Amino acid sequence: MAYIRLDQVHVSFPLYDVTGRSLKKHLMGVRTGGVIAHGGCTMVQALNGVSFTVNHGDRLALVGHNGAGKTTLLRVLAGIYEPAYGSVKVEGTIAPLFDISLGMEMEATGYDNILLRGLYLGLSKHEIRQRAPEIAEFTELGEFLNLPLRTYSLGMRMRLGFAVSTAIEPDVLLLDEGLSAGDASFMAKANARLKEFWDKAAIIVLASHSEWLMREVCDKAILIEHGQVQYFGSVDEVLAVYQQPAAVLG
Amino acid sequence: MIIQLKTGLNATNFNRAVRDLIAGSQRRELWSTMGMQEIRDRYRRSILGPFWLTISLGVMVLALGLLYAGIFKQPLDDYLPYVAAGFTVWGLISGLVLDGTRSFISAEALIRQLPGPLSLHVYRVLWTNLIIFAHNLWVFVLVALIFGVNPGWNLLYIIPGLLAIVVNGLWVGILLGLFGARFRDVPQIVASITQLAFFLTPIIWQPGMLEGRTMIVDANPFYHLLEVVRGPLLGTAPELKQWLMVILITIIGWAVTLVFYSVYRWRIAYWV
Repeated sequence: MAYIRLDQVHVSFPLYDVTGRSLKKHLMGVRTGGVIAHGGCTMVQALNGVSFTVNHGDRLALVGHNGAGKTTLLRVLAGIYEPAYGSVKVEGTIAPLFDISLGMEMEATGYDNILLRGLYLGLSKHEIRQRAPEIAEFTELGEFLNLPLRTYSLGMRMRLGFAVSTAIEPDVLLLDEGLSAGDASFMAKANARLKEFWDKAAIIVLASHSEWLMREVCDKAILIEHGQVQYFGSVDEVLAVYQQPAAVLG
Repeated sequence: MIIQLKTGLNATNFNRAVRDLIAGSQRRELWSTMGMQEIRDRYRRSILGPFWLTISLGVMVLALGLLYAGIFKQPLDDYLPYVAAGFTVWGLISGLVLDGTRSFISAEALIRQLPGPLSLHVYRVLWTNLIIFAHNLWVFVLVALIFGVNPGWNLLYIIPGLLAIVVNGLWVGILLGLFGARFRDVPQIVASITQLAFFLTPIIWQPGMLEGRTMIVDANPFYHLLEVVRGPLLGTAPELKQWLMVILITIIGWAVTLVFYSVYRWRIAYWV
């Protein structure tokens, strides 16, 4: 059974300016009593005591303004950021799909990119070879798959990224905004695949600004403001709170 | 920083660091593909591809070999193979050091978007440089054939020698990569140190030419790592002293690296 359990998670970022990034200045700062080095670093509290549990079968939406901590929270769930305090427990295989064109090589062919992208997503070469025909067929790119990616239009690249990214079967799926599959003619086919993809995942966590998408995919939601969980409930409840005038939240 | 070292160095963090190193090595399919891709990418649209590396090294060996053979008044058929072997192995060592400082910076987009052991990016650097070394080795092979160098059975010492460079390249890539991610002037500082080390290490000159000041050779870690591969290529077995120095460098390097990697590994994602 897949689950996610967060307990009092704190994440803060060091923001370094040029001074803080320099080893020379750092060492000189030590010798002169640290006066110079002190200016270099500010801490930004991105998550502040976040606790919640997501159970098998849950579809959770993260609601909040830009900079509220949604993306940071997704990265914590993915295990990319390890929190300074608090604990994160995730049971099941995780697949973060934040940017479906990540790691694509312009000079490599479509097939090479299927391989590369598949490896990034944690598939083995053997698994990718098995799934490649199905992925290739879905993209409808045909002979283009033997050409370098730089010859593709933006829409074609997105199709390829979408097809590979939805060929995996993770327990926990982390999404930052929805997955876009490019041109409109492709949309209907892509949506069917997406639906199937979502249904296979045991848990979905989706950060989005699109109310439609959140209502479509999710059944639960969390409202995050200033790195703290403000509200946990059904999607409708949370969206209602989110849209209230600022008075409630102060 | 000292406080961080004290509180951060505990069994949990140490275990995580070791597990990261093991998990990284197990993602072999990923880092070998990435390394191959990186090289192919650099040379994809040229006819000779990665053999451009071989050619540019060959030209350098020939030009510098002829020049310095004249300056140092050395017989060409000894000196040119020596320079060719030296340059080839130095290319591997300096490549590991220079790319090592960027091992995490160069993968920043991936680190921030994909979970997984961070060490896989260091394995990628290692792999890329070994591929380049395999190309550069042809320069030495050619020179050795022309001048009739026969290393004999001592050539087999190249196996433990290369292994030593790989094991050390791994900690160098982790330690320098970590510092490079935190302090962005580290790659530049290391680049100038490496440049200096090239001249202080017997590559275009021979240790025997040095009268007095032998500390420059004896205390030079680059020299010992270079010699355990260059020696076998030229048919001489490295001395016991050399092996001991290499083992010492490996132990100290890994000890320091494990301390820093245990304490700061989890911060790398925040730094890049």
